[in-house]
Amino acid sequence: MARGLHRLPLERPIYEIQDRIAELEAAPVGSAEQEEIRKLRRELVEVQKEIFAGLDPWQTVEVARHPDRPKTSDYLSLVFDEFVELHGDKSFRDDPAMLTGFAKLDQHRVVVVGTQKGKTLEERQACHFGCAHPEGYRKAMGKMRMAAKYGLPVICLIDTPGAYPGLGAEERGQAQVIAESMFMMASLPIPIVCVVIGEGGSGGALGIGVGDRVAVLEHAYYSVISPEGCAGILWKSAEHKAAAATALRMRSADLRELGVVDAVIEEPAGGAHRDPRQMAIRLKTYLLKSLKELTTEQPDDLVAKRYEKFRRMGQFLETAAS
Amino acid sequence: MESPQTPVLGSRATVQAPADVGGLASEGDEQPVTTVRPKRGVPEGLWLKCGGCLDTIFRKEAEAMLNVCPKCGHHWYVSARQRVAQLLDEGTFEEWDAELAPTDPLGFRDRKPYAERLVAEQRRTGLTDAVLTGTGMIRARRVACGVTDSAFIMGSMGSVVGERLTRLVERATHDKLPLIIVSASGGGARMHEGILSLMQMAKVSAALARYSEAGGLFISVLTNPTMGGVAASFASLGDLVFAEPKALIGFAGPRTIKATIRIELPKEFQTSEFLLEHGFIDRIVARKDLKSEIARAIDYCCSGWSKDSASS
Ligand SMILES: [Zn+2]
Repeated sequence: MARGLHRLPLERPIYEIQDRIAELEAAPVGSAEQEEIRKLRRELVEVQKEIFAGLDPWQTVEVARHPDRPKTSDYLSLVFDEFVELHGDKSFRDDPAMLTGFAKLDQHRVVVVGTQKGKTLEERQACHFGCAHPEGYRKAMGKMRMAAKYGLPVICLIDTPGAYPGLGAEERGQAQVIAESMFMMASLPIPIVCVVIGEGGSGGALGIGVGDRVAVLEHAYYSVISPEGCAGILWKSAEHKAAAATALRMRSADLRELGVVDAVIEEPAGGAHRDPRQMAIRLKTYLLKSLKELTTEQPDDLVAKRYEKFRRMGQFLETAAS
Repeated sequence: MESPQTPVLGSRATVQAPADVGGLASEGDEQPVTTVRPKRGVPEGLWLKCGGCLDTIFRKEAEAMLNVCPKCGHHWYVSARQRVAQLLDEGTFEEWDAELAPTDPLGFRDRKPYAERLVAEQRRTGLTDAVLTGTGMIRARRVACGVTDSAFIMGSMGSVVGERLTRLVERATHDKLPLIIVSASGGGARMHEGILSLMQMAKVSAALARYSEAGGLFISVLTNPTMGGVAASFASLGDLVFAEPKALIGFAGPRTIKATIRIELPKEFQTSEFLLEHGFIDRIVARKDLKSEIARAIDYCCSGWSKDSASS
């Protein structure tokens, strides 16, 4: 259940009902009150469904960024039976915005790579709110290379506004490291499953997003640029972020239609943050199904099919040569 | 746009930030850099004003120097067609995939519909999209060659740029040709085609991975400006990375970075020289030397691979 510390305006009706339920439960409960509580609970489910079915593109961005939304670290404990964090990037420093390590998923031993936003303010600041530095991507690359060496599948959990834009990040090759990571992932001879669990922010997301399967959670987004950034450039003001969010077609249904993701993982009523456990079960189901399909493939076939998957992306006209 | 009597080359024109700004841009991300106003291409007229030294330069003289200022050495804008003419032996360029044309997959509109923007850009630049690809000879060595043009929607990569480059790389792999891509892309991944533009980064990078496994030599030439999703994909994946002097090269736009970290950026920040110092560029090469430097590198790396390299 969402802690309700961060209330989005769009969620107000939900919190109102929840507050009334809490009020009723706090007082001595007779049969009339119990009936009222039951009624309110049914209403709550309906209101949640209604609100979340009707999210506009900007509201989807708000939900994807919801501070209570489950983070990579939540799924590491809810989805996996074990997580053994491995820190070293063997080059510069440990970037807390990129979590990597061994994990167990039922019978599968895997390597998990995921961008991390942090939960407390302190953690968030240390993680730069989910924006990894080049050393984070180098750490991820190192662990994926190791996974390939020992035949372990890789799971990538993506939740980032984008790769960090800063002085040190540029000095240490932010552009180069994202390019290199995609280049490397394209030919790793092991199954790779990528899931955008919150924000899929441009190159920073794609840097760990080249997989055999790419999925998004229902209310996650995946975009070439943040709506604020796009609005600033094309509308000359970040105030047009809602228009930009609409124009960019960055929501799960759009991504499916544009052929960029293989699956949309449905969220519990009211969003993943209202029921992280249920969300984790659905994510786990998807991961297990994908691994079942992919672990029977020959490594060469995997790499060839991954190439074809990305090779098909894009839309253009091809007129007959005159 | 104003049309000065003496067109200003290499003036402090505004260049949009790359599309790949990391999601933290809070406002319009424009940044003054020394470049030609790409909106006008190379202006007509006898005299040009250099943005490097602000001197007035005789146009013919500048052109003879490959659009480099004869007074201060400032490297001005060159169009993709000019670049091809400068780099390849005369009359050897054969264009590939010219029949590919951009479409509007999102039905995108900002203050102007993307479909209209495309038509206007095509008319103004004479290009169908922001890259030219094909084959030709560099001092009698056959190469596969791609050149992006910063005048076409900031040289940004949408589906056509991604597809042309991917086909170029695939053909270079098949024909065992050295590969040269000259980047002039301030716009990164093209916003107007949304997530499909982002995916072109993965697509071209995957093709380059195959090319590399097959033993190919890729020389990436970075010119002013190379930013965002272009810098964060093929442009950074050269076996050799060359850059023209003083080009703006980086991931996030300088203004985005300033807005994020709120400190003054060093003077040379995100220039070719800055990248060389930090280890991301192999050589800074003046435009006049580019052709011979590429030919020399091909001779070092490709004598055993290319079908008809360096036989002269
Ligand atoms: Zn000059």
